[in-house]
Amino acid sequence: MTLRVNDLKVHYRTLRGDVHALDGVDFELADGEIMGLAGESGCGKTTLGKSLIRLDGRMRHVGGTVELDGEELPIADDRAMVPFRYHRVSLIPQYAMSALNPTRKIGRMIDELLRSRGVRPRKVADELRRRLELVGLEPDVLGRYPIELSGGMKQRVVMVMSTLLDPSLLIADEATSALDVSTQRSVVESLVGFRDRGYVKSMIFVTHDISLVHQMADTVMVMYAGRIAEKASTRTIIEAPRHPYTRMLIGALPEVGTTTSDTRLEGIPGTPPGLLDPPVGCRFRARCPLASEECLRTPPLTEVAPGHRVACWKTGA
Amino acid sequence: MWRYIGRKLGIYGITFVVAVTINWMIPRFMPGDPVRSMLSRASVSDPEALERMTAYYNEVFGLDTPLHQQYFAFWAGLFRGDLGVSVWLYPEPVVDIILRHVPFTLGLLLPAIILSWIIGNRLGAFAARSKVLDNTVLPIGYILTATPYMWLALLLAWALGVVGGFFPTAGGYSFALTPSWTWGFFTNLVSHWFLPFLSMFVVALGGWAIGMRNMIIYELEADYSNYLQALGAPRRLIRRYAFRNAMLPQITGLAVQLGTIIAGALLTEVVFNYPGLGTLILNSLNNNDFFLLQGIFLFVVVGVLIANFIIDIVYVLVDPRTRVRMTGGAS
Amino acid sequence: MTDVPGTPGTADPGTTGAGGERRTSETLYYARRNPKLLIGASIVLLLLGIGLIGPLFIDHGPNQYIGPQSTPPSGEYWLGTTSFGQDVWAQFVHGLRSTFLTGTLGGGIAFLIGTTVGFVAGYKGGIVDEILNMLTNVVLVLPGMVVLIVAVAYLDVRGLVVQALFIGLTSWPWAARAVRSQTLSLASRDYVDLARLSGRRTWRIITSELAPNMSSYLVMSFILLFGGAVLIAAGLDFIGLGPAGGVSLGLMLESAVAWSALQLGLWWWFIPPGAGITLLVGSMYILNVGLDEVFNPKLREL
Repeated sequence: MTLRVNDLKVHYRTLRGDVHALDGVDFELADGEIMGLAGESGCGKTTLGKSLIRLDGRMRHVGGTVELDGEELPIADDRAMVPFRYHRVSLIPQYAMSALNPTRKIGRMIDELLRSRGVRPRKVADELRRRLELVGLEPDVLGRYPIELSGGMKQRVVMVMSTLLDPSLLIADEATSALDVSTQRSVVESLVGFRDRGYVKSMIFVTHDISLVHQMADTVMVMYAGRIAEKASTRTIIEAPRHPYTRMLIGALPEVGTTTSDTRLEGIPGTPPGLLDPPVGCRFRARCPLASEECLRTPPLTEVAPGHRVACWKTGA
Repeated sequence: MWRYIGRKLGIYGITFVVAVTINWMIPRFMPGDPVRSMLSRASVSDPEALERMTAYYNEVFGLDTPLHQQYFAFWAGLFRGDLGVSVWLYPEPVVDIILRHVPFTLGLLLPAIILSWIIGNRLGAFAARSKVLDNTVLPIGYILTATPYMWLALLLAWALGVVGGFFPTAGGYSFALTPSWTWGFFTNLVSHWFLPFLSMFVVALGGWAIGMRNMIIYELEADYSNYLQALGAPRRLIRRYAFRNAMLPQITGLAVQLGTIIAGALLTEVVFNYPGLGTLILNSLNNNDFFLLQGIFLFVVVGVLIANFIIDIVYVLVDPRTRVRMTGGAS
Repeated sequence: MTDVPGTPGTADPGTTGAGGERRTSETLYYARRNPKLLIGASIVLLLLGIGLIGPLFIDHGPNQYIGPQSTPPSGEYWLGTTSFGQDVWAQFVHGLRSTFLTGTLGGGIAFLIGTTVGFVAGYKGGIVDEILNMLTNVVLVLPGMVVLIVAVAYLDVRGLVVQALFIGLTSWPWAARAVRSQTLSLASRDYVDLARLSGRRTWRIITSELAPNMSSYLVMSFILLFGGAVLIAAGLDFIGLGPAGGVSLGLMLESAVAWSALQLGLWWWFIPPGAGITLLVGSMYILNVGLDEVFNPKLREL
């Protein structure tokens, strides 16, 4: 088991109080597993991704633990997390297009980063070149400035750079949303390739685009309003989802890769509840066509089949 | 590369033409006979001299020729390096008077600009380190930029000159001395230079510190900073990148601020009666010597344009983004 | 950051009434707790009060020779008298008044020109943008103060309004640049597109769609222009190009220097006017930083 997250609670501090962005999240990630993490914006998926590598200034770890390869990650302690970052947990950010320092040549920036993390650039130089070629880049991109590269090229540079130290966990946060469809596909394929070659042990692929997830992910976890709604193998999620929310997400799913992301979830009426003061019981209650009395109690995340966990009272339906 | 420089040169060329045209237009578009009003206000006592001057200026203005001829004649004079003859110091040519005063102004301006820029940038980057520092450096910086140049000059002259007696408060060097290449004259020069320099330096410092502080905070929020932080890069590396990237807009800022700083130098000179262009402007105003005034104006404009161009070139050399865009690198 | 509801900055401006209200109350919340804003605003208001009310309590003109000559501050003459026996406090109070006037007029004119040029250039684009941009660059490069000196020197009658007008005419370019780049980023938004498609006139789109969405930015630009105009006016006054027979803080500095207040040690003559300018413009700048922090959530924490 690469990653084990137990009852993780992370809040955002705001003026009107704490926003319960992650309110008791429980899941595991097997060795070699690529997990798609889906949900509407505001469901906590980006917060989860950030929590595993670096909490930003307004985020506070309230409870729960994260274990990576059996070792607890000190996620609340920014300083203590440093040794884990890059070496063990790495990130492909949402903003990969602008993740490179515009005034440094790419090779020099990578060298400086490596050196600052205690790695001799010479030791990984060959590997760096090999991996660049693997994603279809000439090694001479190292001598160029980011402005000289296209968006897709920058994305691939970031991909190689982020995974250069063979991390156990890679968090790809909406890594493809800024790209066109064909580039998205090649990026996704490269990421799967990285896993197959063992460059990364496991991966969380954060996205609001389930159609993209299902091309690459082994499992899909759907979040809703700071909680996990359902986690199962990709095939199960697509073909036999149990949670009404997942079903509506899938139902709202158009043909793979044909529409833009924004239209995707319009099929579900209503908006997610505010997380400043989350409602009691099932959080999807207000939008759920199946909601009834029992949904006033919080549904536990239960295993309905091996590897298939759902938080809903109506799973039998 | 050449396109960019050409474009810049084009703008500077137009600016120069505009400046010359303004210069030419102003006396002609004011009501009344410029020559008579100028000379009557200048109150020249010797009637013979007055006659000679009237004849000279009438010819220079060429008011009886058509406007476009006047205009071209003006340009022709300009290209001969002829800016006319001073009323105040008749018959000395304006150019000679100006050239005598320019070194003093440059001697104040260049060190004040360069040193305040370097130190101000360091200070601003330093301030962005912590909340406490930021809360002290920032208000002080804003108060400094809000200080009228002449007022700080007055304060310093009063405190360190009149009351403290450490430095002289008037002139470029003691009246008793004649300029010479001796150590004694040099120290005298420096002691007269120091207070005007200091007051300009201090006022300009605030602006650079604030600019740098704001830029560096912006850079530290930039995506590449966040990415490096997520990958555990030390604060030191991220700050180094941010500082370097924040320097680039500060170079452009140098060009933008130039006009203000020059104005500051002129005002500071007036306080200290320092023999640069500022004091010369005051004298030409008091003596209604518009030829001199306009000559100074053109000199300053040309100086600003040259400085702007130098800054442009430096920027191209320093920022890889413009450099790459210009040499038309791959992709 | 984008995926947490209810955090500052996530509220989409102008979507629903409730969202708008929440945003306003949030802005107020920060405004009331921002020391820079509070301190800056109270000093500015205090000075404005002195400039507005102060002259009412003084029954002699600011330039009248009413008192003993060259006396230091005392109970009777709060800021002492000049070497001609003028009341420095009376001059200061009247000077503040005209300083506010010059700032508002000069800054206002520059603001109008700058924002108009910026909006039109950014919104229209194409050849209009090219020309306006060129104009902006030319005026930007010209050293404004020196142009003003030459222009004002030829004026026979110098008044405060004319001075303010000239200042306004030379100090707008950076505002035009700033507004242009903001407009460029807004002009591609959906609601502007919609307005354009529905055939609204350009100036309607500018005033009803563009300007309101960068109002905080515009307020801050005006404050900077105000401060700049005050400083330039003081400089012009100081070299003797101020309003004839008027009173201003810059003119006070001029006469203090002209009549050797420095050498005679009449510090009460030249310290108050400069302090007034510095305090006013400095607090406006600090108020501006405060506003920036209130309107821009990113700056709230360092």
